[in-house]
Amino acid sequence: MFYIHCPYCDEYRDEEEFAPKGQAHIARPEDPESCSDDQWGAYLFFRDNPRGIHHELWVHAIGCRKFFNITRNSASYEILETYRMGEQPRFSAEHPEGKPAEQGAAVNVADEAGMVAGQEGVKA
Amino acid sequence: MSDITYGKVATFNTHPDASIPKESPLSVAYNTGSVPAATSGSGVLFKEQAFLGHLILRGGAIVLDEAVRKVLGISLPGQPLGLSLDESGERSVQWLSPDEWLVIVPGGEELDVEQRLRDALGDAHYAIVDVSGGQTLVSLEGEKVRELLMKSTNYDVHPSNFPVGKAVSVVFGKSSLVLRRPGEERYELVLRRSFADYLYRWILDAGAEYGIGVQR
Amino acid sequence: MNQPNRLRQGGRIDRGRTLSFTFNGKRYQGHAGDTLASALLANGVDLVNRSFKYSRPRGIVAAGAEEPNALVQLGSTEAAQVPNVRATQQALFEGLTAQSTNGWPNVQRDVMSLVGKLGGRFMPPGFYYKTFMAPASMWMTYEKYIRKGAGLGRSPMENDPDRYDHLNQHCDLLVVGAGPAGLAAALTAARAGARVILCDEQEEMGGSLLASRELLDDQPAAQWAEQVISELAENDNVTLLPRTTANGYHDHNFVTLHERRTEHLGEAAPTVDGVRLTRSRMHRVRAGQVLLATGAHERPLVYGNNDVPGNLVAGAVSTYIRRYGVVPGNKLVLSVSNDHAYRAALDWDEAGRDVVAIVDARRHPDGELVEQARARGIRIIEGSAVLEAKGDKRVSGARVATIDAAAFKVTGQAELLECDTIASSGGYSPVIHLASHTGARPTWDEEILGFVPSLVKGVHAAGSARGVHDLAEGLADGAAKASEALAALGKSASAIEPPRAETIREGEACALYQVPHEKPTLRAPKQFVDMQNDVTAAAIELATREGFESIEHVKRYTAMGFGTDQGKLGNINGMAIAARCLGRSIPEVGTTVFRPNYTPVTFGAIVGRHCRELFDPERYTALHQWHVENGAEFEDVGQWKRPWYFPRKVNGKLETMDEAVARESLAVRTGVGILDASTLGKIDIQGPDAREFLGRVYTNKWAKLAPGRVRYGLMCKDDGMLMDDGTTSCLGENHFLMTTTTGGAAGVMEWLELWHQTEWPELQVYFTSVTDHWATMTVTGPDARKLLSEITDIDLDREQFKFMDWRNGKVADVPARVFRISFTGELAYEINVQANYAMHVWKTLFEHGKKYDLTPYGTETMHVLRAEKGLIIAGQDTDGSVTPEDLGMFWAIGYDKPFSWIGKRALTRPDTARKDRKQFVGLKPVDPKVVLEEGAHIVVDKDQPIPMDMLGHVTSSYYSPNLESGFALAVIKGGRDRMGEKLYVPMPDGQAHEVEVVSPVFIDPKGERQHV
Repeated sequence: MFYIHCPYCDEYRDEEEFAPKGQAHIARPEDPESCSDDQWGAYLFFRDNPRGIHHELWVHAIGCRKFFNITRNSASYEILETYRMGEQPRFSAEHPEGKPAEQGAAVNVADEAGMVAGQEGVKA
Repeated sequence: MSDITYGKVATFNTHPDASIPKESPLSVAYNTGSVPAATSGSGVLFKEQAFLGHLILRGGAIVLDEAVRKVLGISLPGQPLGLSLDESGERSVQWLSPDEWLVIVPGGEELDVEQRLRDALGDAHYAIVDVSGGQTLVSLEGEKVRELLMKSTNYDVHPSNFPVGKAVSVVFGKSSLVLRRPGEERYELVLRRSFADYLYRWILDAGAEYGIGVQR
Repeated sequence: MNQPNRLRQGGRIDRGRTLSFTFNGKRYQGHAGDTLASALLANGVDLVNRSFKYSRPRGIVAAGAEEPNALVQLGSTEAAQVPNVRATQQALFEGLTAQSTNGWPNVQRDVMSLVGKLGGRFMPPGFYYKTFMAPASMWMTYEKYIRKGAGLGRSPMENDPDRYDHLNQHCDLLVVGAGPAGLAAALTAARAGARVILCDEQEEMGGSLLASRELLDDQPAAQWAEQVISELAENDNVTLLPRTTANGYHDHNFVTLHERRTEHLGEAAPTVDGVRLTRSRMHRVRAGQVLLATGAHERPLVYGNNDVPGNLVAGAVSTYIRRYGVVPGNKLVLSVSNDHAYRAALDWDEAGRDVVAIVDARRHPDGELVEQARARGIRIIEGSAVLEAKGDKRVSGARVATIDAAAFKVTGQAELLECDTIASSGGYSPVIHLASHTGARPTWDEEILGFVPSLVKGVHAAGSARGVHDLAEGLADGAAKASEALAALGKSASAIEPPRAETIREGEACALYQVPHEKPTLRAPKQFVDMQNDVTAAAIELATREGFESIEHVKRYTAMGFGTDQGKLGNINGMAIAARCLGRSIPEVGTTVFRPNYTPVTFGAIVGRHCRELFDPERYTALHQWHVENGAEFEDVGQWKRPWYFPRKVNGKLETMDEAVARESLAVRTGVGILDASTLGKIDIQGPDAREFLGRVYTNKWAKLAPGRVRYGLMCKDDGMLMDDGTTSCLGENHFLMTTTTGGAAGVMEWLELWHQTEWPELQVYFTSVTDHWATMTVTGPDARKLLSEITDIDLDREQFKFMDWRNGKVADVPARVFRISFTGELAYEINVQANYAMHVWKTLFEHGKKYDLTPYGTETMHVLRAEKGLIIAGQDTDGSVTPEDLGMFWAIGYDKPFSWIGKRALTRPDTARKDRKQFVGLKPVDPKVVLEEGAHIVVDKDQPIPMDMLGHVTSSYYSPNLESGFALAVIKGGRDRMGEKLYVPMPDGQAHEVEVVSPVFIDPKGERQHV
């Protein structure tokens, strides 16, 4: 059972208090009427299913009832961060976590890499 | 007419004449369930504070704070999960969410408080909703309260995590409720009306080994 | 009574307290402090069980959770039956009654052993299925007897009289295991002021210290343990949980501990102060950090007939002697690969019994313990191992020979040593189960010849659990790891100064798992790897020959490790054997995955108090007690208890549901009925953008709804499918009251918040649930106005208070909002009052309603009445694949609203716009007596062979006393163009009901009655 930091209540709570709501950052197209059927279908039905870092929308259903996002490793189940609506994640698949070879010019990721190292044992 | 229109919002005085009988959400439990008497050995005392005024306050903290201080003489809790009480302890304001607070006042005051808050808030964007019929307040006191809570909720009720002045919405049994700590020795529960009977049964069951007593 | 194997002194048992118990019908005596296993051994009971597959006689092998054989069925009465209890973990109590789990008709004379012989010398994996499947029809017959003979205990046939509960715990550091490392860790954390939970599965905390030969600070190790435990017990921040097994390690340091609270006291939990104690308790622990000090399990060696009673692991011998004062035999042969196990021989010798020989696989063992054994004159046979045990129901001898372990062959002439006990040790396997539950694969450590745990964030291991077997090192390791764990939480804790322990110089151990035999493995006497599941070395070899290369496949083919002991003793040996057969190393073969629970957990503990009347929340309306007192039958709607119907006594007989519903329905159509509608979801909506918001979430228009008016709305998801419906009333220009379906209340509330919080935060609007604040009573029927007018000050004139208006005033002297909306098609008023006053209003309505025969009705009648009007129930007539257009509700779709409301865009997607979509229609059975089955399919040609082309299905179906006929609502492909067509509803019994497609509105199609 997850232990989730609610960014609004600002403390960790048990998963029982929360409900997952699918992939995060799925914005409704600004002008639905000008969307093609394919575009609208993609918005409605198509979702990522990565093994690794994933951004998810959750709600603190029994609590403050606020929606927020979670960056979670779908393989290790480690939660790397939670953040409020409107905020952007620090961790993402594009970031070098778990793939040091692709790290490139990333900066300020030392502590993130440390967190990822902690989950490597799980992925092995 | 019971409705008074405040600008474009209607308020409603729900109360009839005092002679009209009323029933708290725990009435079925009292009438048909077990009501163990409190004894000197009771490790938990259960007491309902029925028929209080409960208001939900929605809006921005800065806007609401001034009005709440003016009307109730209490500051809006500044921190998440905060609970503020007035000096008498009869009126309280509790943080529920960044834009939501629970105000509890003596029964019958709620419409007056609502109207005074509306007067103070003027054209600001906010909402006030009377929910007095939908919930009830219960106090738990006694040396075994913390253990009873540990049986019931996965929230960490250790004093280091749940000090006086904190209030949280939590899973309780298989339902949920608001858990408050207004005083060192006193815990409060805000029960939703429709779940009250289940929660009462759960609490009595959990408290049986501590000799729980119900004060009426 | 005589306990032949009980020592006169020593051990931690209380010889002053004698306890009687019964095993397989025979009475024995033991002492307080015994386990059932130690008491059985004290009494010289060798044979405790029959094996699972071959029905071979089995005895006690180990002294703890790893015991594979000594599974017993507890209980002297039917209700008290507990299956599969490990005798090694069951404390003895007065009157304990136990039976062998296996063995039919009894453990001494077992029928199934004949089956074992019938299969020849060797029953390969899959034997039962390969042998008894032909002819296939006979399997059922064979199975009955095989299952009777095999099986692992049985569950009780009566209700469990005991109670179980849960306790939620939080701590900085959870220490699992109260042996040397665990105690040192807990003490370190406790002294630093951390919140600590220390749990241990045994009756007494102390782990290996309780049976240790070593001194700590110049006193017996057990004494040091006692001092530490008493210091911990006095610390308010420390929770000590003996008899508590950490069974599951779940995500994010959530660990479930199973505490056996009263199982050492008796069959049923005792009652204290009139309250029955809970028998066991599940602690749901959320730990900041977890330290695993779970110790190690000794690995037995795998040799011929190593399962005959009298074969034990070496450490268990020491434990029985030192902790329980029991020597499990007279003449011992000890077969080892390491120094540590020499303690068993030293303890045996000190107990005054005969050590025949120590057989050491190493050529030149030279550690301190080896020297001690030599000094006592114990014969040490070097470079050798026990090849095979002799004996049937008890060991009678050991065949010993020199071996070349590396080349896997016997190199010398075998010698037969006469003995009654063979103890063996092939090394020590760290208990890595809990760490494995996190998904982390353990890694092989060549140094200690065992797997050590891989650790995810927040988990630490100390002492034997990570291969630090030396006592002094283990103590220091525990303290150091606790300090590291707290540092990870940002708390500083300096490691305690561990007690002074003597360091015993040990020689290097050698790797030995399966002992070679003169004959090849497939023809040698059975060499058991997993005794609980009767998996032999030969079975593993055969599995690899048959092509099973992955250890996970070997496990599944042979069933190795699938027993209730999860292969605690056997798995590593099995992997080593598989590795040898495959020509790989052990780390290349890898381990299988351990999963929760570590040891079996009774269902009661998992359920806790969530049973019977507390199984699930029941939600009551403010009128619930009246319904109960007036004989309502209840229906579960979500968690709500709603009156289903109110059966009356007619001529001394209670009405059936059909009779009650017929009466209630007619009452509403001809007089007046009343329904408790309080369960409908109610949401207060305030704000300048409330109207705009409604326009976006509902399919229809809200721009012009004036205060005092009510409108019905449909709510879709963005895929265009209906999700909920209900009425919304305009209370003020910026103030609305939305109602939802009973089941949809929470979902709609969350839906509104979702859109507001994530898509349209700029809209100024707030939503608040008022479902429980208001009680709602629907008074409906031609006489509704007359009745209500008697007790309200509201002007009910049909022109003043029209259909789809709402007004406020007083009803029965209570302030009320009254909504003129109808779900029955009749004149109807929905009265809303603050819930605390609801009972008064309800009763007053009945006082005045007597003369109109005011009839309370329940959900069933509500369903019939609304269906007669063709009114849908979202979630019954719709299922997430139905659009408002499919329902034919074009009047509720605002095609020209400026904002592209939720669901609009999807209506023009090709699939949503198809002409042959299933559409909402009515069905009239040609035979009026027929009431169709809800969910039944509809076809054109009743004689079409299966699979038939299905046009659609029945969504709602009832008998209508008003129509005097059955009728139904359905969704049918292109249904609106099929009006008048005759279709068929085939049933499983072969008959097909003929139906006519009709309009879904069966009564008052012009809607005149609700406007009266």
